[in-house]
Amino acid sequence: MSSSGRHVVSHSYWLERDLHPGAWWLWALGLAAAASRTTNPVLLIMLLGVACTVVLARRGDAPWAHAFRLYLWLALAIVVLRVAFRLVFGGGEGGTVLIPSPGIPLPSWAAGVTLFGPVSAESVLGGLYDGLRLAVMVVCIGAANALANPKRMLKAMPGALYETGTVVVVAMSVFPQLAESVLRVRAARRLRGDTSSGLHALRSVVVPVLEDALERSLRLAAAMDSRGYGRSGDASVATRRLTGVLTIGGLLGVCVGVYATLDSSSPRYLAAPLLAVGVGVAVGGFVLSGRRVRCTRYRPDRWRLAELVAAGSGLAAGVLMWMTTRVDPLVLNPSLSVLSWPTVSLLPAIAVLIGAVPAVLTPHPAVEGGAAPAEPGSAVRTSAASSRAVR
Amino acid sequence: MIRLDQVTVTYPGAVRPTLRDADLTIPEGELVLVSGRTGVGKSTLLGLLNGLVPHFTGGHLQGTVSIDGTDTRYRAPRELADLVGVVGQDPSAGFVTDVVEDELAYGMEQLGTAPDTMRTRVEETLDLLGIADLRRRPLRSLSGGQQQRVAIGSVLTAHPRVLVLDEPTSALDPTAAEEVLAAVTRLVHDLGVTVVMAEHRMERVVQYADAMLLLPGDGRVIQGTPAGLLATAVSVPPVVRLGRLAGWRPLPLSVRDARRVAAPLRARLAEAPAPRDDSPPAGSTVLAAERITVRYGHVVAVREVSLRLHAGQVTALMGRNGSGKSSLLWAVQGSGSRAAGGVDIDGVDPHDLPGKDARRLVGLVPQTAADLLYLETVQAECEAADREADAAPGTTRAMLDRIVADIDPDQHPRDLSEGQRLALVLAIQLAAAPRVLLLDEPTRGLDYGAKAAFGEVLRELTARGRSVVLATHDVELVAEVADRVVVMAEGEVVADGPVAHILSGSAALAPQVCRVLGGGWLTVGDVERALAGVPT
Repeated sequence: MSSSGRHVVSHSYWLERDLHPGAWWLWALGLAAAASRTTNPVLLIMLLGVACTVVLARRGDAPWAHAFRLYLWLALAIVVLRVAFRLVFGGGEGGTVLIPSPGIPLPSWAAGVTLFGPVSAESVLGGLYDGLRLAVMVVCIGAANALANPKRMLKAMPGALYETGTVVVVAMSVFPQLAESVLRVRAARRLRGDTSSGLHALRSVVVPVLEDALERSLRLAAAMDSRGYGRSGDASVATRRLTGVLTIGGLLGVCVGVYATLDSSSPRYLAAPLLAVGVGVAVGGFVLSGRRVRCTRYRPDRWRLAELVAAGSGLAAGVLMWMTTRVDPLVLNPSLSVLSWPTVSLLPAIAVLIGAVPAVLTPHPAVEGGAAPAEPGSAVRTSAASSRAVR
Repeated sequence: MIRLDQVTVTYPGAVRPTLRDADLTIPEGELVLVSGRTGVGKSTLLGLLNGLVPHFTGGHLQGTVSIDGTDTRYRAPRELADLVGVVGQDPSAGFVTDVVEDELAYGMEQLGTAPDTMRTRVEETLDLLGIADLRRRPLRSLSGGQQQRVAIGSVLTAHPRVLVLDEPTSALDPTAAEEVLAAVTRLVHDLGVTVVMAEHRMERVVQYADAMLLLPGDGRVIQGTPAGLLATAVSVPPVVRLGRLAGWRPLPLSVRDARRVAAPLRARLAEAPAPRDDSPPAGSTVLAAERITVRYGHVVAVREVSLRLHAGQVTALMGRNGSGKSSLLWAVQGSGSRAAGGVDIDGVDPHDLPGKDARRLVGLVPQTAADLLYLETVQAECEAADREADAAPGTTRAMLDRIVADIDPDQHPRDLSEGQRLALVLAIQLAAAPRVLLLDEPTRGLDYGAKAAFGEVLRELTARGRSVVLATHDVELVAEVADRVVVMAEGEVVADGPVAHILSGSAALAPQVCRVLGGGWLTVGDVERALAGVPT
């Protein structure tokens, strides 16, 4: 009995499904927090590898999943820019000069800035480490976007944010449409033989695109109205104001609290206490405004064991890295004044590797498209699975 | 179920009411067809049914509209969402979510339906409309017919008693239209939903309609049986015109009814000469496209298509949605992308020319013709077109007047009717006097009258030696105006030949007259001419 019960559990655990988007976001934020604590290139590259591994192992086949590449390019651009800035502006510091070059001191109104001074290894490395840290954080966010359907994330928002969520969803679908309509209109300009440039050309593209967008949004508004959007928007003005103040105030508190927690130089009383108060106030606002929303959710994502594994691994990575700050700060921020190969100790390495757990220990995403022509095949698969489960 | 009592609707700034003293009663479970020319108030009538008129559009409503006993005057459209489901002309414009399943559930979420009920209703609706295999597909990846069915499904899940459809099959190829109509009739028969539907392509729907609302254009709404109203109406489907010509009583509304009584007419026509010369004398080749290939990423939209266009010929380009018709037209014009192949017109390839010169050789009117318009008045558009084409001032306006007379020069192009706007865009493109004119779905949203006028314009163009290509789903239009038909599927040409040969030989593409009479008779005009030459 108990063994068959365990079989059922393990089977249902591995059933292909999309994890709750919140789990992926927590995982990614944990990794990003871990990255924010270190400039050690080895650790950062490991984090990058972990993020990529998990994305490759668990992303679906949706368009947003394929946008991950763009984040990688963005990350590369960040690193290159950081180093380039150091080359252009940051000359002078550090003793190990790689390229001796005379600086161009700027006139007095830009006092203190010298262009193209002697380039030192220290400043280049500083730029590289710094850029790498930011780049890895960006990639972590990109990983969350690739793994979690952004629209489902909005759906998982508390009821209070439902209407805001809908607005955001609609706005998000407008952008690809705008891009499409710009392309269409530009093609149409060529058909008309209009080769003009400048203000006239701009107008001949912008006017039809905006007209199209306006018409489209009016039609969408009519459609949403006829389908019942906003049936329950009857709160008193006072309640609405109160919930607004609570929500915004709480979120501000959360922002400051998070900043203080991550930035070790800010006063401690701003960190945990403010974070807690902020969360409390915001939750109060959400509950209050959520009460008047009578909408229901179709197939809401649920938190189950796999979500805990994914979110937990990211958070564990962040927490372990934070603990390393106490134990072994030099590993996290290798010295730039004495050039040496960065070293890695056990604790931060474990922290990073824990982040890779979801690549193995979470279920695969559901098959996208669902247009399974092999209807009988899938039936066979489920019956096989259930028979195994029974055994 | 639906009752209009002395309803008058006047929009702000309008000289006269759009609807005047409309009285009508529609019982539960009927399929009602709303008919009338463009701009007579069909959309207003449909909008009244869920309160969009006047709550959303503005305007002044007199009289009472009641749906299942509920007066729309005191209920906003969102409050009627559980009673009336509305699907607009362009279903994709009304989609809120991005996946089929979520879209079906959206309305129910707004109504606060219990989660278990939502699950079961979504499953039922998926099956009812035959879209279960699409459930996780992104909405933007669906074909037109699939989108239309999803849009219908998305309002059906709220279990409305009334379903309002505005032009549900206009943009669809014949097969997709059949799918949608089959789904709709199933709703009427199995669930007792009351359906009110406006549709220009009456030949597709009239046979399913229990009642008809005719809007003659003076604000009145006339209610009657389809057979009764169509006996005297101005715009009627071909099978009804054939019935009138042959004097059949009662007037047949479907091909099936007509075929039963058509034997004597068929016998008479057997003595007449063949309706159309099967091989019209082809003019000289104007344009030769060789092995055109278009690809988007991994998808090959057009695969090595070679096409010769002849002077004075109208070529219809047919094929289901997504078969590569538009891509081919754009590639031939030279503006679209082209992976391989070449076009030869007077020894040059328009692809290598700047847009200004390319359009002198090949003009293209795209599917969304309004994209070409960007100025505030018709007059300004015409003047800009003269400049762009280096034509004498007034050329475009003169062309426009030849196509459609009496367009107010100070009107905003967006305020024109569909037919007038098409005429304006045609005039703009013709100002450059191209040898070849390509038209992508030009008759979308045109009523029978506007289509006939459009046919006249095409005949005039070909008489002057132009070559015209027409990508369309409208077999009746093709039967009227085309000389040659090219059928595409999966980016390849699967059939190419004279119109009579291709249309009469195809099950899906045969026009109504051909289905009734067979033997190469395509249009009522053919029959009329033949009968004039045959003694009775």
